[in-house]
Amino acid sequence: MAMNPMEQFTIKPLIEAPLFEIGGHPIYFTNQSLLMIIVAVAAGLFLTFAVKPGRLVPSRSQSVAELSYEFVGNMIHSATGEDGLKFFPFVFTLFIFVLCSNFFGMVPGSFTVTSQIAVTLALSCLVVGMVVVVGFAKHGLGFLKLFVPHAPWYLLILLIPIEVISFLTRPISLSVRLFANMLAGHTLLAVFAGFVVSLGFAGGILSGLAIAPMLLIVAIMLLELLVAFLQAYVFAILTCIYLNEALHLHDHH
Amino acid sequence: MEVAAAKMIGAGIACIALVGAGIGIGNVFGSYLSGALRNPGAAASQTTNLLLGFALCEATGLFGLVVALIILYG
Repeated sequence: MAMNPMEQFTIKPLIEAPLFEIGGHPIYFTNQSLLMIIVAVAAGLFLTFAVKPGRLVPSRSQSVAELSYEFVGNMIHSATGEDGLKFFPFVFTLFIFVLCSNFFGMVPGSFTVTSQIAVTLALSCLVVGMVVVVGFAKHGLGFLKLFVPHAPWYLLILLIPIEVISFLTRPISLSVRLFANMLAGHTLLAVFAGFVVSLGFAGGILSGLAIAPMLLIVAIMLLELLVAFLQAYVFAILTCIYLNEALHLHDHH
Repeated sequence: MEVAAAKMIGAGIACIALVGAGIGIGNVFGSYLSGALRNPGAAASQTTNLLLGFALCEATGLFGLVVALIILYG
């Protein structure tokens, strides 16, 4: 009866035949691809149609769209300053995609896209690749000064490798943070759901006790909603912080 | 020792990382509260930093959890 709590993360192909092949690897249309498409389409459609009427006094959906726009705008402005605002579309897209996939994952029976390390690693590699490109485009080889903090030369021998390693581990920490939070939360929910089932079938007074883990699931669900938002926020603000370093190197704006 | 048993023990040990996360999160909120009670005027401006600190802290513990899961299922 005990269900495997990790079962919810399995990727199954929805269409048996592979769509195409890349270098001998068959590419399938999986439940993950489906959820990613749903998330992207739903978020795109919502944001498009919410602001379409363009009322002076916004409707509920329009103010949600405007609030999220302002929220991300303020975040970029406070983290990177004025010239970071040209990265608004990039950060906003990332934030909305991560937020919507986290929230779609909270729907019972659906699939959490961000609980797959492949997805989050791709996103964070995109971010760090973007940072490197922006840094070299803006400062040329001067971007490498990012790895040289203000310190005496004998400390630099130690500090430069540390800075380089900490830069190179960014895609890993950024992706594992999001992935681990989602994975841990959903595993926790599944474990407690398993308690409800096994207590419920135990019979007698134990069946009545099944209400306790049930209530706990509700509480954890609320915490997970907070975490889902928070992780999207953290992902976006860390993107801003990394972009800020690429734009301004060490000097403060 | 059997490999399966060693895996279980290893996964359990890896979860000790969550101790650090617990201490860290307590520290984040505790420091925020003590700061906020001393200077309530500045408290509202620091909520983003609070949440950022909380999320960063929580993540370090979850790295340990990932290690445990990799040991168990990887």
